[in-house]
Amino acid sequence: MDTHDPMPPVLDVAGLRTMFFTRQGLLRAVDDVSFSVARGEVLAVVGESGCGKSITALSIMRLVPSPPGRIVGGSVTLDGRDLLKLDEAQMRGVRGNEMSMIFQEPMTSLNPVLTVGSQISEAIRLHQDLSRAAAADKAVEMLRRVKIPEPAQRAREFPHQLSGGMRQRAMIAMALACNPKVLIADEPTTALDVTIQAQILELILRLQQDLGTAVILITHDLGVVAETAQRVIVMYAGRKIEEADVGALFAEPLHPYTHGLLASVPRLAIMSGQVQAAQERLQEIPGMVPPLTNLPTGCAFAPRCRFADAQCRAAFPPYTQPRRGHWVACWHSERLYGAGA
Amino acid sequence: MHSTEYDSELVKAGASAQGAFGQTAYFLRRYPLGAIGAVIMALFVLAALFADFITAYSPLSTDAALSLAAPSRAHWLGADYMGRDIYSRIVYGARISLAVGLGSTGLGCALGVVVGLVSGYLGGWVDLIAQRVMDILQALPLLVLALVMAAALGPSLWNTIFAISIPLIPAIARVIRSNTLALRELAFVEAAQAIGMSELRIAARHILPNTVAPLIVLATAQLGAAILTEASLSFLGLGIPEPHPSWGRMLSESAAEYIRTAPWLVIFPGLAISLVVFGTNLLGDALRDILDPRERG
Repeated sequence: MDTHDPMPPVLDVAGLRTMFFTRQGLLRAVDDVSFSVARGEVLAVVGESGCGKSITALSIMRLVPSPPGRIVGGSVTLDGRDLLKLDEAQMRGVRGNEMSMIFQEPMTSLNPVLTVGSQISEAIRLHQDLSRAAAADKAVEMLRRVKIPEPAQRAREFPHQLSGGMRQRAMIAMALACNPKVLIADEPTTALDVTIQAQILELILRLQQDLGTAVILITHDLGVVAETAQRVIVMYAGRKIEEADVGALFAEPLHPYTHGLLASVPRLAIMSGQVQAAQERLQEIPGMVPPLTNLPTGCAFAPRCRFADAQCRAAFPPYTQPRRGHWVACWHSERLYGAGA
Repeated sequence: MHSTEYDSELVKAGASAQGAFGQTAYFLRRYPLGAIGAVIMALFVLAALFADFITAYSPLSTDAALSLAAPSRAHWLGADYMGRDIYSRIVYGARISLAVGLGSTGLGCALGVVVGLVSGYLGGWVDLIAQRVMDILQALPLLVLALVMAAALGPSLWNTIFAISIPLIPAIARVIRSNTLALRELAFVEAAQAIGMSELRIAARHILPNTVAPLIVLATAQLGAAILTEASLSFLGLGIPEPHPSWGRMLSESAAEYIRTAPWLVIFPGLAISLVVFGTNLLGDALRDILDPRERG
């Protein structure tokens, strides 16, 4: 990328390809995805279910279930080291230490038969040479940092004694216990109710600023993206189709899919009937995401796109940069606004 | 008028259970059958441990004058055809039963857990081979196995324990494997991988503790079954050799010949076997409820 971001990237993903070899055929879950995250930056990855967001995250952590999945190409460079070239033991030293991940399901991400504190101190002791007691103290300290009241008491409790929001906090404490360079948050707030969502996001952001962690936030919630991220990647059918600063993306999306996605977000003006009746119906993107085992050649969005022509169906468009720091993979992105829409 | 009796409801829920006494009282109220089972098992274990102190006669000493003596004040449960005190033999027999029960259940569990855990967590060809070996073990008839072992190695305590533990291995391995298969798909396994934990450690530290509850329940049930099996094997003359007092052998020696003339020779060992098996089953059921972590306060 150009001079756009001043910080050198801490994590650089280039040409990542992950495929699943299934009975139904070859499934291109992640196809030629490249991006980088700088220290202290929040990068959002958005897209609908099955677009490859989570598999991208698992590929970076090298946790893709294998078989049937396999990373077939590309590189994942963390601080100058290509993670895809490490052996499994070296990779274990990276996971949870230099790079952590939190998951969507706080209810099941903690082991029900072990206390919360023991699970966090276990994560610490995997990577740091601390005594049992020192690790336990650090676990309590981490619980305090994630704003769990009475951390010493909570550390002795079992996961079922904590609420969903508390458990997600505990997961964050575990993920950040070794002060990783990169935190991957895979839909961290999807399973929580709205008020708790806001608290958890705020917590992630504050800790991220305190610790200087780079965050990759995977979500399908555009509201979350607008509130938290500096940069956004939009994925569709396993490919990155657009990447931009969050302001630019929301103000002027350059891919018809992103445009449709933003238009389909309910807005207060529409819901309160302040616009004309003709526009009152929420916009939608016609059609369905094509099955990943049977993607069309060319642009996967072409069958649903009103600008699609023969060129779109023949070849996947190259990444262009119509505006500085705003990348898009579309043959016809200029038509979005040029046609007087 | 509906008035909720808050205090009595709280007492029922165990809120006031404090200290060892309160906890025990709560346990008794909550699991009365389990408590009966626990008492039976405690008596059984105590009898085995303190057999020397609670019996007046050696279980092996014979006395021709007492042959087939009926229960009396001196010999509470009577004496067998060799004049050996039945009460002493039952108490000492508890040692054999306990040793065989614990030994074979322990051995079977240890091997079964390892096979089940490895087989379920690793899957693939390891699972395939392990499960076929389990099929073979399960297909071996226990009595034939015990017969061959007794014939080849001579009947002994260790051979009996080993023979009884063999069919336990596939039973335990199956349960552990199916639990492991379900557990390894749960998010906390993925979370453990994401903090950099090795597969072996995940299996031992995260999967195994989650299968302990079903394992303990199964093991208590198997404890009763193992004691019963030992009695059957000894009944057939394949188990514990003479002169050691085994409940099963006591039955087999007397059943055919003396059931009419001296029924106490059959009734009391039979009662002992039934009582212990009954106790393990009651205790196992209560343990199943208690070990559910959601029940823990």
